[in-house]
Amino acid sequence: MLENFNLRIIWEYMPFFLEGLRNTFLISIVSIFLALIVGIIACACRLSRWKLLRGVSIVYIESIRSTPLLVQIYFFYFGLPTLGLRIPELQTGILALMLNSGAYIAEIVRAGITSVESGQIEAGISSGLSYFQRMRFIVLPQALGVTVPPLLGQSIVLVKDSALLSLISVMELTRCGQVLTSERFMPTEAFLTVAFFYLCIYFVLKMLADHSQKKLIFREAY
Amino acid sequence: MILFYLHRLIEIFPFFLKGLWMTVAVSGLSLFFGTILGFLLGILRSGNNKLLNWPIGVYVSVIRGTPFVVQIFIVFFILPEWGIQLEAFPAAVLALTMLGTAFICEIVAGGIMAVPKGQWEAAASSGLNVVQRLRFVIVPQAMQTILPPLVGQYVLLIKDSSVVSVIGVTELTRVGWLTVVRIPEGLMVFTLVGILYFVISYPLIRVSNALERKMAVREVRL
Repeated sequence: MLENFNLRIIWEYMPFFLEGLRNTFLISIVSIFLALIVGIIACACRLSRWKLLRGVSIVYIESIRSTPLLVQIYFFYFGLPTLGLRIPELQTGILALMLNSGAYIAEIVRAGITSVESGQIEAGISSGLSYFQRMRFIVLPQALGVTVPPLLGQSIVLVKDSALLSLISVMELTRCGQVLTSERFMPTEAFLTVAFFYLCIYFVLKMLADHSQKKLIFREAY
Repeated sequence: MILFYLHRLIEIFPFFLKGLWMTVAVSGLSLFFGTILGFLLGILRSGNNKLLNWPIGVYVSVIRGTPFVVQIFIVFFILPEWGIQLEAFPAAVLALTMLGTAFICEIVAGGIMAVPKGQWEAAASSGLNVVQRLRFVIVPQAMQTILPPLVGQYVLLIKDSSVVSVIGVTELTRVGWLTVVRIPEGLMVFTLVGILYFVISYPLIRVSNALERKMAVREVRL
């Protein structure tokens, strides 16, 4: 089955793969960080008292959640130039990843915030705390614990989603596999190596997610 | 100019409907096979047979830990090296089915394991055999926990089907990609593609949410 498997070519391309791995890392970290900001803002709008803000965030969240990421990437990749905005592929890809994950993170954070009992917020109001003080000292400390495991889950999804950026020729891990395939026509070696690297990232993140989940259950029981 | 392109877009709208049909066909077939296989593997996984659990666990982790693009490249480029030549359409259905099976397997196993042990024992002591126990006692109860995430998984699978455009299946995303070459209005073309995806997935998201609410109420009544 794999009698022609060529380890030497993988070794030869290893620096290339490692660079792709590094790029995947950087893209994922930057995107998840930006997505966190977008998600928190979208969630604040979603829970806002003003109907307009609520409406805008609902449209944003639902339209992102019911269309594929690939379509969103193409939307920005082919769409932004028609608006006269010429930004490089990498930034386009990060923009799409950020907006995509932002919508999911908004829902995760919302679930965390609504899990805080309303009595706590009322107690905060009657203690004379302002909106930001209530958020800072009462809601967020309780809500954040619940959101850590699903946020780590979302970052697993984001790392995998970043593979789609290869389709708009961003030089990340999957793209390295494509390049090796087209240069040497060795798809087996190329994509199995790529899959191996993704699996490594997956297991590390999965371990973190399971660990935080366990810690959370322990804290609740305590 | 925009009006001219809009007119062109309306002219080739039937092409989009064909793409939509292809998306429905690819994801419908893989949903069908994925559900059957997922239920089978999930039921096997919920048992305590270590010999079965280990390979299923590895399979699920590998599928969940690698991006779908990489999986589809592996199916499309590597299977031929092993003598299995597949057209784009069957390759797409195969890859999507493999993906769906892994995720549905986890959902089903989780649902079955959430059924209290006493139910198994009661069913066994009523003289039901294993198949009867599953068919009449365990699975109907497990369906409550399985159904909402299962429908959610269907939405994810439909969205993931956009990725099969990379191996040349002329589904919705591919149609958008082919159109944007002739009608250079990226925003317009991919908004249309997005709307068509929205038309299929948004109702399913609503169904999933409604099921979740309904099941939650039933749980409280216990």
